[in-house]
Amino acid sequence: MTHATATASLMHPPVPAEPGSGVYSNKLGMWIFLASDVMFFTALIGSYIILRFGAPGEWAKPNAVLNVPLTAFNTFLLICSSVSMVKAYAAIVDGKKYFLRAVPGKLLRDGGLKFWMLVTIICGAAFVGVQVIEYIKLVTEGFTPAGFREGSVLAEHAAGDPVKFGATVAGLYGSSFFTMTGFHGFHVTCGVISMLYLYFTKVLPEKYSPQDYRGIEVIGLYWHFVDLVWIILFTIVYLI
Amino acid sequence: MTAVAHPKTHESHEPMSFWRKYIFSTDHKIIGIQFLFVSLFFLLLGGVLAMQIRWQLGFPNTAMPLGTMLPEAMTSSGVILPEYYIQLVTMHGTFMVFFAIMPLLMGVYANFLIPLKIGTHDMAFPRINMWSFWLALLAGLIMVAGFFVPDGAARAGWTMYAPLSARPDLSGATYGQMLWSVSIVVLGLSSVMGSVNYITTVINHRAPGMTWFRMPLSVWALFITAILAVLALPVLQGAAIMLLFDQTIGTHFFDPIAGGQALLWQHLFWFFGHPEVYILILPAMGMVSDIIANGSRKPIFGYHSMVFAIVGIAFLGWIVWGHHMFMSGMNPTLGSTFMVSTLLISVPSAIKVFNWLGTMWRGNIKFTVPMLNAVGFVSMFTIGGLSGVFMAATPVDMHIHDTYFIVAHLHYVLFGGSLFALFAAIPYWYPKMFGRMMSEAIGKWHFWLTFVTYNMVFFPMHILGMAGHMRRIYDPTVYDFLKGLQPMNKFITLSAFALFAVQVLFLFNFLWSLKRGKKAEQNPWQDNGLEWSLPSPAPHGNWERAPNVYRGPYEFSAPEAGNADFLPQHVKLPTDRDPAAATAPPSAPAH
Amino acid sequence: MHWWLPEAASTFAGPIDGLFLAILIITGIALVIVEVGLVWFSVKYRARPGRKAFYTHGSTRAEVIWTAIPAVTVVALGIVSNHYWVQIKGRNSVPPNAYSIGVHVKQFEWQITYPGPDGQLGTGDDFTVRNQLHVTVNQPVVVHLTSEDVIHSFYVPQFRIKQDAVPGMTINAWFQATKTGEYEIGCAELCGMGHYKMRARVFVHTPEEFTAWMAQQAAGGSE
Repeated sequence: MTHATATASLMHPPVPAEPGSGVYSNKLGMWIFLASDVMFFTALIGSYIILRFGAPGEWAKPNAVLNVPLTAFNTFLLICSSVSMVKAYAAIVDGKKYFLRAVPGKLLRDGGLKFWMLVTIICGAAFVGVQVIEYIKLVTEGFTPAGFREGSVLAEHAAGDPVKFGATVAGLYGSSFFTMTGFHGFHVTCGVISMLYLYFTKVLPEKYSPQDYRGIEVIGLYWHFVDLVWIILFTIVYLI
Repeated sequence: MTAVAHPKTHESHEPMSFWRKYIFSTDHKIIGIQFLFVSLFFLLLGGVLAMQIRWQLGFPNTAMPLGTMLPEAMTSSGVILPEYYIQLVTMHGTFMVFFAIMPLLMGVYANFLIPLKIGTHDMAFPRINMWSFWLALLAGLIMVAGFFVPDGAARAGWTMYAPLSARPDLSGATYGQMLWSVSIVVLGLSSVMGSVNYITTVINHRAPGMTWFRMPLSVWALFITAILAVLALPVLQGAAIMLLFDQTIGTHFFDPIAGGQALLWQHLFWFFGHPEVYILILPAMGMVSDIIANGSRKPIFGYHSMVFAIVGIAFLGWIVWGHHMFMSGMNPTLGSTFMVSTLLISVPSAIKVFNWLGTMWRGNIKFTVPMLNAVGFVSMFTIGGLSGVFMAATPVDMHIHDTYFIVAHLHYVLFGGSLFALFAAIPYWYPKMFGRMMSEAIGKWHFWLTFVTYNMVFFPMHILGMAGHMRRIYDPTVYDFLKGLQPMNKFITLSAFALFAVQVLFLFNFLWSLKRGKKAEQNPWQDNGLEWSLPSPAPHGNWERAPNVYRGPYEFSAPEAGNADFLPQHVKLPTDRDPAAATAPPSAPAH
Repeated sequence: MHWWLPEAASTFAGPIDGLFLAILIITGIALVIVEVGLVWFSVKYRARPGRKAFYTHGSTRAEVIWTAIPAVTVVALGIVSNHYWVQIKGRNSVPPNAYSIGVHVKQFEWQITYPGPDGQLGTGDDFTVRNQLHVTVNQPVVVHLTSEDVIHSFYVPQFRIKQDAVPGMTINAWFQATKTGEYEIGCAELCGMGHYKMRARVFVHTPEEFTAWMAQQAAGGSE
């Protein structure tokens, strides 16, 4: 066997590439990225747990500093956006791309990709908006990443009831609260921007079809992941 | 069958502008070459920093040649200042680990080799790949910027132990420390992007017939390394972000005064850091396996156990991070656990070394420059691996922890290991990158001179460490028990200068051969890999259609090969059947 | 010049040096096998015209052997190491009769607090000396390490003892000096720009000398 045959053997009819995992690359890539993101949040959440259990004092009681009902509403918004994402996905799988169906009097009955994607984007953006409002309110009251700002309302409260407000570990509380929720908010923002981009470049021009809806499926994966992370964060940061 | 038929390649692509082709390229080969030039620059920079460190240790309080050219914040009338010395130590480690060795292995060779060796036209996500390069370059420039801000670069060692790194009032550097954190966050993003790409490509884009156990060990190693990187880098990113917040917006993660924990940083850093150690050595092991089999003209000894050893190292790599912290005040019972896992991880490494020996046994060894360096790798990595056993044994670690013994150990692994592997890999795949050969004569001189001077530099460090010479001290003569060791420090310094000078040979060989090297044949090393079925340099787009693969990559001297002593993976013998007609890559998920 | 471990001046030196030597012998044998193998094969099997390499994909038996031998060796090494580790650093390793000394570290000095004549730390007759550790020979000593600012590391090469001092933690490390004389304490963890000059001295006294020194310090008041 010489080298000539080596190259000559390449000259047979085209054979398409092996499909590998059977999952298309964008989706596989997103799964791998999510695994990576899990490790990122594990670093943050793990540090939070270690710091909280190793802290010299008790954490502030739920509701003392944070506005739990407001955030519960925000959590509801994010869960809604996950549901609407599922509806968007189901819509494109069935080929229901349209916001308005042609059937008179049956407006929005089973919606469509354009409608449900819009709902998802609005819910996501609203979540970020509420979070920004929450941050502004907290900082005004004196809750910062460094702890309770001196001379602020919260600092006064904490001086009055150090146990309820976790005065000894306010610095750690602020550090972990803003870092974890902030990076989650950053993830949501990235998701909203990506969805807006897809909305204008792919959804509105009707580039998706029941045969090819990769973008929706991939962004959907990301969105559900971000939602799941929030449910964990909401539980361990706000409720416990 | 005398005329050589050239495989059809993608040469008929529409012409691209210079910018799209060479600068903002999405071609995996160009990106690999971009990484090569950039990381060789950082390697050189790291070397220049090392020379200054060595000057100070060999000749403390003596004016450094050209030292007066440095600003007053760094030297005083040519003598290195202590604050500059710790910047040198910090940045030497940072550049070498994050911007030289890691991109040389992952940026260059994962990019260049994976698509070529598995028989596909490019990466799964070429544009993300391009971003990965530009972000890595950006991260490098941010790191370099540290030297130009007030108070200079980061000063807490490449491991950035908090709270020294978190508190500018204690370290003395404000902006340098912040730039370090920012740069690492950007670098992490770049690595994750690159690794997502490598993993997806290996899983989804293998040529027909390229089954998992027909992949070359280099691809296996790069694939497993990418998995390590994709899971480890985000942890470092998270830690670096917390550190950055401690430095800038007043959080208290690592500040014990406000309830934070200093050891938390170490746990996070080494949870990333130990997989990182294997990110820095596994690709080298993989490429060396390919080169040793080729040089010995023999199949790799124990292919399957080589694969399982890589997987085993990668798995155990996650549960050994505590061995960096035996003396840190961590619970001693945890120390016992980490000692056991650490000792166990030496077993797969031992398997690899013995299998390389087994590969050479009864071979027909051709000592080309890559083969010389690959054998150099095995012999030096063995020393580095064995010296690790001393540190794994916790009682012994109590004496040699944070001394020059560990400096010797890590340089035997990173220089003697990774860098020798790169001195093998660079000339080996040079023809496929640039279409020319590097000079064998200069390469041999470079190998022998490097091998000798390198051992003169790093072997005596073991002795220094045994005597108790601490790391990162600016002036060893402060201690009485170290004064007697000064002649050895001087010897190491002079040898280090020689070692650095010898590298000029390599640099010259590399640059000179770009234009003047001998024109490369298609398959100069007579190797079996798919990349050698392409012309040199490999054309844009690689193959027009994926080649069929009929066998594993190590069929050297196989009886079926007849007179030749190699049998390429894509060559169809009369007895071979075509791989099962693969279905088209799914453009949409099956519903 | 020094070509071996430093002078042995504590009870830890015996087991640690012994273990070091044992590992050196084991790894030395492994090293010789590998390096001799590399050189021997390189010479014996170098390419010669007309020769062909022996075609083999490996040998399970050989691989089992060279997996099992290192595995058994490292496990044995681990068991022996752990035996000494527990004696040296285990949570309950500090001997009950150990003499307590407080070592508080900051950039870039060692503040060493002695219990005073009453032998109890935390009482009124405690006194603090900078950069001087005085101990009695053949008497177990436990140092309570704390740090003011960053991580430092307490290291006496002749005692083979090293322990990081971490801010926010109190870490106990014990040792028993076996030779009188003067030794050096070095900081083994990068602690800032003065790391290199963070040096202190250890004086190992006979019991009489120590009592005399203690009496003199107590009389002169704390520094």
